[in-house]
Amino acid sequence: MSDPGGAVLHQFDDLDQQVEAGRLGMWAFLIQEVLFFGGMFAVYAVYRHRFPESFAEGSHHLDVLLGGVNTVILIGSSLTAALAVHAAERGHARGIVTWLVGTIVLGGAFLGVKAVEYSHKFHDGLIPGSGFVSAQFETENVEVFYSLYFVLTGMHALHMVIGVGIMIWLIALTLRGYITKERQQYIEFFGLYWHFVDIVWIFLFPLLYLLGRHG
Amino acid sequence: MSSHDEHHGASLRTYLVIFGSLLALTGLTVWVAFHDFGSFNTPLALVIAGVKGTLVVLYFMHVRYNSRLVWVFAAAGFLWLMILFGFTFSDYLTRDAAEATVQDVPAWPTR
Amino acid sequence: MSAQATSAAEPQRNYLNADYGIKSWLLTTDHKRIGLMYLLTMTLFFFLGGAFAVAIRLELATPHGDLVESETYNKLFTMHGVIMIFFFLIPSIPAVLGNFLLPLMLGARDLAFPRLNLLTWYLFTIGGVFTLYAVVSGGVDTGWTFYTPYSSTYANTHVIATALGVFITGFSSILTGLNFIVTTHKMRAPGLTWFRLPLFVWAHYATSLIQILGTPVLATAILLVGIERLFGVGIFDPKLGGDPVLFQHLFWFYSHPAVYIMILPSMGVISELISTFARKRVFGYSFIAMSSLAIAILGFFVWGHHMFVSGQSVYAGVVFSLLSMLVAVPSAVKVFNWTATLYKGSIQFSTPMIYALGFLGLFTIGGLTGLFLATLAVDVHVHDTYFVVAHFHYIMVGGALMAYLGGLHFWWPKITGRMYPEFLGKISAVIIFLGFNLTFFPQFLLGYLGMPRRYHVYPDEFQVLNVLSSAGASILGLGYLIPMAYLVWSLKYGKRAPSNPWRASGLEWTTPSPPATFNFDRTPVVTTEAYHYSEELGAPRTGTDVREVEIV
Repeated sequence: MSDPGGAVLHQFDDLDQQVEAGRLGMWAFLIQEVLFFGGMFAVYAVYRHRFPESFAEGSHHLDVLLGGVNTVILIGSSLTAALAVHAAERGHARGIVTWLVGTIVLGGAFLGVKAVEYSHKFHDGLIPGSGFVSAQFETENVEVFYSLYFVLTGMHALHMVIGVGIMIWLIALTLRGYITKERQQYIEFFGLYWHFVDIVWIFLFPLLYLLGRHG
Repeated sequence: MSSHDEHHGASLRTYLVIFGSLLALTGLTVWVAFHDFGSFNTPLALVIAGVKGTLVVLYFMHVRYNSRLVWVFAAAGFLWLMILFGFTFSDYLTRDAAEATVQDVPAWPTR
Repeated sequence: MSAQATSAAEPQRNYLNADYGIKSWLLTTDHKRIGLMYLLTMTLFFFLGGAFAVAIRLELATPHGDLVESETYNKLFTMHGVIMIFFFLIPSIPAVLGNFLLPLMLGARDLAFPRLNLLTWYLFTIGGVFTLYAVVSGGVDTGWTFYTPYSSTYANTHVIATALGVFITGFSSILTGLNFIVTTHKMRAPGLTWFRLPLFVWAHYATSLIQILGTPVLATAILLVGIERLFGVGIFDPKLGGDPVLFQHLFWFYSHPAVYIMILPSMGVISELISTFARKRVFGYSFIAMSSLAIAILGFFVWGHHMFVSGQSVYAGVVFSLLSMLVAVPSAVKVFNWTATLYKGSIQFSTPMIYALGFLGLFTIGGLTGLFLATLAVDVHVHDTYFVVAHFHYIMVGGALMAYLGGLHFWWPKITGRMYPEFLGKISAVIIFLGFNLTFFPQFLLGYLGMPRRYHVYPDEFQVLNVLSSAGASILGLGYLIPMAYLVWSLKYGKRAPSNPWRASGLEWTTPSPPATFNFDRTPVVTTEAYHYSEELGAPRTGTDVREVEIV
C-alpha cells in the first residue's frame, strides 16, 4: 500500500481512493445543500409568481449598491478560496494561510455589510412579524417578500459564518504542519463549500435586489 | 499519486480570467435590471446568474477537471431542483384555470 | 470453514469482544457496532411507538370516547406516526442492517466515512431526545405531517420540539445516505462490479439517493414552519398572503419518496432471503436492480397524489395521478421476479423465508390498493379514510417491518454469533402475519364504508370491524414481543452460529460469525456474479477467492 505522508485512513487502500471518496462525499453533501436552498427558492418562486408587484415594491426598499458591493466582495472571496486550494495543491503552507486569511477578511466584510443592511431594515420597520409596517407599501403581501428575504439571506449568512469557522480551524491545522500535500483535500473540500455559498448569493442578488428596477 | 493531482486544478491565469468574467457579468446583471426587456427581464437575470454559477462550478470547483462521476453528481442536484420547481409549478400555473373549471373551490386567499 | 470447527471453540477475536466498556461503544467508528447501537435505540422507539398504537386501538374498541379525549387522541396518533416513521421505519433497515452489512457485502473494512457514521447515530439520538421531550412534556397533536396553518399558527402543543427532533434526525438520514453512496462507489472489492453486487446493495444505493435528494427539502419545510411559528412571520399563513398548500408541496416532495426510503431497503432484504431459501439465483437480477433505481427516481414525480383534495389544481392532480400509476410498474417487476425465483426453487421454510413470503403477499395487497388511491376519482372517495390507513400499513408494516424482522433473523447469526430458536421464530412469524391481517384488513373495509381517520369516536355500525382490528392488534403485539424475548435470550443461550448457517452466497458469509473488527483478514476478490448457487443443491459456490493483502 502506498501511503507516503501517513495520511491514509484505515478503511482505504490508498490515497487515491481516499481522495476520490472524499470528493464524492463532498459533492453529495453539496447536492443536499442545493436542495435545501432549493426548497426556499421554490417558495420564493411561487410567491413571486403570485405577487409580482409586491415583490417588486419590496425589492425597491433594498439597497442595490450594498448588495452589489457584497456580490463583488463574495466573488473576490471565491477567488481567494480558489487560490488557497491552488497553494494547497502545491503544498505551500504560507500560501494556504495567506489566502484563507484573505477569504476570512472578505467573508467578514460581507457579513459586516449584511449586518448594516439588516439594521437599516430594522429602522425602516421591515422586519416581518409584529414590527412590520405594511402601511408604507402600496401593494399587499410585501411582508411575504421580506420574510423570504430574511430567511434566504439569513440561511446564506449562517453558512458563511460556519465557513469562517472552518477556515479558522484549517488555518490552525496548517500552522501546526498538519496540512501536507497528501492532506491538501482538507482545503479543496472547504473550497467546494465556499464556492457553493458564493453561487447561492449569485442567484440571491438578482432575485432579491434587482426586481423591477427599470420601472 | 501526487504528480497526478498537480494537474488537477486550473492555472492562476484561468482563475483570474474567471474572476474577471464574474465581475463583468455582475455588472451586466445590474445593467440589465435597470432596462426593460419586457417578459425577458426575469429569464435574462436567471440566465446571467446561471452562467456565473456554471463558471464557478466548472473552474473554481474544478468540475471541468474532475471525473465524469463528479460531473453527474453536480448535474443531479440541479436536475432534482428542476423536478421540485417543475411539479410545484404544474400546480400553480394551472390553478386559476382549474378554479375556473371546478365550481365551489375556494379562491386564493388574500388579505 | 466447517460448522463444527467454529461452534466447538470459543469464537476468536471479533468486533464484539475486541474492546469492552461503554466508551468503546460510544466512541466506536466500527460500522458493525454503530449498527448495533442503532438497533438498540431504534427498538426502544419501536416499542414506544407501539405503545401509542396500543392506546389508539384500545380507544377504538368502542364507538364512544371512553378512554381518552379527542385532544389526547390527536396526540396519540401524531406521536405514533412521528416516532414510527422518523425514528423507526426510515432508519430501520439502512441504519441497522445496511450499516452492518454494506461494507461486508462490498468486501470493505468499513464505510467510507466511519466517523461521520458515528455522528449520524448521535444526530439520530439527539433528534430522538427532542422528540421524547415533546412526548413527556405533553405531546404534539398536528399529525405527523405538520400541516400548516395548524402547525404554524394554531396548535398549542410542542410543535417546535418535535419539529426540531425531526429536523436533526433528517441530517442523520442524509449523512447515512451520503456515506452509503460513496462507499458503494469507491469501496467495492476487486472484481466486484456493479452487476455483481448483491441486490441489497442496489436497493440501499437507490435509497441513499432519495435520502440525499429528498430529505433537505423536508428540512426546508420544517425550518419554515418553525420560523413562522416562532416569529409570527408570514410564509404559509393565508392571513399574510401565504399558501398552506405550498407547505404540502415541500413536505410531500420528501415524504412521498420517504415511503420508498422505507420500502426499498426491505425489497433488498427480500431479494437476499428469497434467493437464499429458494437456493436459486434471483430471477431477472438486472431488472430488480434497475427497478430499485426506477422506483427511487419515479418516486419524486408523484408527490401530488397526497394532495388531490387539498386545493391543488386538478390539472396537476391528473398528471400526478397518471405518474403515480407508473410506480406500479417497477414494483410489479420486483414481485414477479421474486415469484419467478421461487418457481422450481428448493424452498426452505425457515423463519426469514416465512417473513419474506409474508412480505410478498402483504406488499402486493398494499401496492395494489395504492393504485386505488392513485386514481384521482377513487381517491376523492376514500381520501382520509381508514382505507388509506390500511393501505400504508400494508406497505410499511406488512412490507417494511416484515422485511426488517426477516432480515434481522437472517443476519442475526452474523451480527451476534448466536442462533435464535428456529421453532419460536417460525411461530412468531406466523402470528405476526395473522395478527397483522386481522388488524389491518378490516380497516380497508372500514375506510371503504367511509370511516374517516384521526377520529376517536365513530358510528356504532363500525364497531364490529373495529373490534376485529383491535383484537388483531393484540395478536400482532404479542407477535412482536416473542422475537424480542427470544432474540435477547439467544444472546446468552443461543447455539453458537457457524460462519454460514444458511449456506448462502455473499461475501458477508465468508467472514466468521461475528466478524472481526476490520471484517476481512484479506481483501476478498470476487470472480462470480451474486447468488451463485450450484445446480445441485449442495453447498453454494461462494463466488469468492482470497488474495493476500496486508491490513494496517
